[in-house]
Amino acid sequence: MKTSSIVILVAIAATIGAILMYSVDFSTYDSIGSAQEKQGQYVHLIAKLDKSKPIQYDALIDPNYLSFYATDSLGASTRVIYRDVKPPELEQSERVVLKGTMNGDVFECDNILLKCPSKYKDEKIQTENPVTQY
Amino acid sequence: MTFENEHLLPGQIGHFFVLLSFITSIVAAIAYFTASKIDLENEKEPWLKIGRGAFFLQFLSILVVFGCIYHINSNHYFEYVYAYKHSSLELEPKFLLAGIWEGQEGSFLLWSVWHCILGVGVILTAKKREAPVMAIVNTAQFFLTIMLLGIYVFGEKIGSNPFALTRNELEGPIFAQANYLSYIKDGIGLNVLLRNYWMVIHPPILFLGFASTLIPVGFAFSSLISKDWGGWIKPVLPWTLLSCLTLGVGIMMGGKWAYESLSFGGYWAWDPVENASLVPWLILVSALHCMAIFKATGNALRATYFFTILSYFFILYSTFLTRTGILGDTSVHSFTEAGMIVNILISMYVLGITLPMFFLYFKNFRSIPSIQREENISSREFWMFIGSLILFLSAIFIIAVTSLPVYNKLLGTNLADPQDREFTYNKVMVLVAVILGLITGFGQYLKYRNTGTKYLISKLAWPLGISIVLSVVLAIVYPIEYTTKGPGFLGAIYAALFACIFSVIANAAYLKTVLKGNLKAGGGAIAHLGFTMMIAGMLISSGNKEVISDNRATGLYIPFEKDPTGRFTENPMENLTLLKGVPTQMGRYTVTYLDDVESPMEKTRTYYHLHFQRKDKDGNVDEDFMLTPDSYRMKDNNLSSNPDTRHYLTHDVFTYVSTISIKNEEKDTTAFKINEMAIGDSGYYAKGYFVLNDIVKNPTNSRFNFSPSDTALMADITVYSNDSTSYKAYPALTISNQEINFLDDTVVTQNIHLNLGGVTTDKKFKIGIKESNKLTDFITVKSYIFPNINLVWAGLIIMACGFAVSMVRRAKASKLISYIVIGFVLISLIYMFLFANT
Repeated sequence: MKTSSIVILVAIAATIGAILMYSVDFSTYDSIGSAQEKQGQYVHLIAKLDKSKPIQYDALIDPNYLSFYATDSLGASTRVIYRDVKPPELEQSERVVLKGTMNGDVFECDNILLKCPSKYKDEKIQTENPVTQY
Repeated sequence: MTFENEHLLPGQIGHFFVLLSFITSIVAAIAYFTASKIDLENEKEPWLKIGRGAFFLQFLSILVVFGCIYHINSNHYFEYVYAYKHSSLELEPKFLLAGIWEGQEGSFLLWSVWHCILGVGVILTAKKREAPVMAIVNTAQFFLTIMLLGIYVFGEKIGSNPFALTRNELEGPIFAQANYLSYIKDGIGLNVLLRNYWMVIHPPILFLGFASTLIPVGFAFSSLISKDWGGWIKPVLPWTLLSCLTLGVGIMMGGKWAYESLSFGGYWAWDPVENASLVPWLILVSALHCMAIFKATGNALRATYFFTILSYFFILYSTFLTRTGILGDTSVHSFTEAGMIVNILISMYVLGITLPMFFLYFKNFRSIPSIQREENISSREFWMFIGSLILFLSAIFIIAVTSLPVYNKLLGTNLADPQDREFTYNKVMVLVAVILGLITGFGQYLKYRNTGTKYLISKLAWPLGISIVLSVVLAIVYPIEYTTKGPGFLGAIYAALFACIFSVIANAAYLKTVLKGNLKAGGGAIAHLGFTMMIAGMLISSGNKEVISDNRATGLYIPFEKDPTGRFTENPMENLTLLKGVPTQMGRYTVTYLDDVESPMEKTRTYYHLHFQRKDKDGNVDEDFMLTPDSYRMKDNNLSSNPDTRHYLTHDVFTYVSTISIKNEEKDTTAFKINEMAIGDSGYYAKGYFVLNDIVKNPTNSRFNFSPSDTALMADITVYSNDSTSYKAYPALTISNQEINFLDDTVVTQNIHLNLGGVTTDKKFKIGIKESNKLTDFITVKSYIFPNINLVWAGLIIMACGFAVSMVRRAKASKLISYIVIGFVLISLIYMFLFANT
């Protein structure tokens, strides 16, 4: 194969690649405040579960409805609705990544990624008789 | 202070052999490098001897280290932090073994073991290329053993010692006591998510795949330093085929595992961890095709070097992505600990092997021969090269999207995954499938250099005709119902499906008509047949995957609150709540949650018995089976579920538990409210009312079967709930031995208990009703039907056999060995994929 044809092939490949990359509709990481300005746009929120407000979930009534409140590091807060089962570790999570769109005051979420305390880092030695004299 | 009951000897032995393997890897690498620079046989021999001696000593050391870790873990010596983290008393031996490669150190050790085993193969077969190939292998071993050292270099800790002691690694007041070990009752053990058959088998095979990609790099190195440009292709082909085989199978074992247990709802989710190992495989397959082109025509040598070195680079890059925690927010299952350590290790690895290889390659680029003649468009090599290029480009596309977290880190951007990650990949890869299906279909019939048009038409007419007919029949009889992405994507799926069917048929016909059933020479055709069958299986099973646990299909779903945004959601509601003992319609099945049983072996594991039944129009039972999904309930109410699957030849019914009710041990203190009712009267409860229809003496019905000699009364009650559903209830009382027994009835969905309390003086009946807010026993399940999933696994097995057939042929193995190898691949894969875990 001639060098020229290789160059042409690579150029075509690069163009296709560039078009493909352009076609990928990347989302962004946002705070609650900036997500509220991007109403209806798909974003990733990095937030924390607001433990002072109630988590609403009753599998007997509707297993596909979870509602809770999330706050971010800037102090903003929003209600979150997630139409799937409650992730069991939700209450223990340190941080949540919520994927979805902001609709008015409510964040419609279709995916929750929980960041839980590392299994090892946080683990205290399990003892049957905790030592108390210290 | 001396600590009591510690077993320090295995750790000391292990650590000594870690050091020994580190030193011997340096010695072996230097000796082999020196030997590879010497041409004179008698001067070379002593260096080779040193290299071999050091290498075998290293092999032994690695095995001893492995043995020591297993000894420590299996004896539960929790004074070692590795045993504390990865072993626990309840684990079976196979999971104790899996615990070794759960941790970073153990997985690098596993990688090392494979390098050593492959190294023995190189020493036995590579002849004059032994020195340069083994120089590369031992250099890699040097970097891997650093991982086990746990030493400080320039203030950064490099590697971590698997024999570190718990009291030195963890902090806690108990470690100040001599008898601290008596407080450590049990280790953390293997993560319950990983307690699976595949955790035992998938990592070893995948690491064999990873380790084996080094050997082609070694051969490339041997040719680059000796400037013997083409000679390495023939001996490297079997190694490359081995690598394609093991890496490909290893990746799909991960897919099978995900399909069976990780509850992602499928075998492939384009998760970064999956992509990271797919990309080197794709590029290695490109390299393989370029090697075959060179061997037949002398073309594509430069590309062969490039793809070979690049695929190893992506092995290292994938290790970087999955081990350093950089994927944090984008992947569901990446390692996150020990980020910095691995970062440094991989940087050194790339600096030590990949960069020098690329340097040698570009330095010699002009000298590497290439043919300055246009390839004929009807030649096989032209289309093989196009195919390689497509594989390479798709690999680059995949890794470019997957590397998003890396861009964020480098450029400080805050880009995130696209909304529909799978579709982002699928819409491109479905087109790749179309092209690859077509090329692998007709490419087989092309001859090297050029092919006659008449020959091609005569050979291809039948396969093409048959596949068109088959595709049309399939589209009519069994249409793909994946319409959520619009008609364009559906069209692309059909195009890909046609291309794959064409390729399967064309390759099968090639084996029959051109090779006349001579399977020995048909490795390529077999592998292509398997590959495209696998893709066809993926298109069909994913396209027609069906969620049967859709809540809206049942009467149970009651929206208790209007959507605050006031619009209807299009989100499918894929989870269904099953109340204990209440048959519920789920797709074509009636499902009843019968009961749950706690595992006698593992304290936190519970099995749920679900009864599935399907009846035809006339009420005859067509299907009747039990599924037993289970879940681990950890402290803090965490839940980790294992699905259960009913396998059929044509489809799998797949169910897992997504939520369980929390057992409430408190006593139910609510009292019955007594209504005095005549027949036909009604009473009220919070969510509706109920009517006493009748009182029956000694009834015989679905609930009771009394004989006329008994003394029993039963109330026939209908409960009408506010949501206009109604339920029947039959509380009863019996008198025997002058004692009254009450047989209460419950309406579980309404949380009410009904009691027939007796007869009043004015001929009314005492009907007690109790409303309880105590949680009822229930589980929430998610259930899928995967059609024709077996095509995927069968395709994979055929592809692997194709690689094996080519491998033994290229290695010129004897007939007996060939049969053993191919038979072993075939039987073990059939066992592992289709029988082992069902």
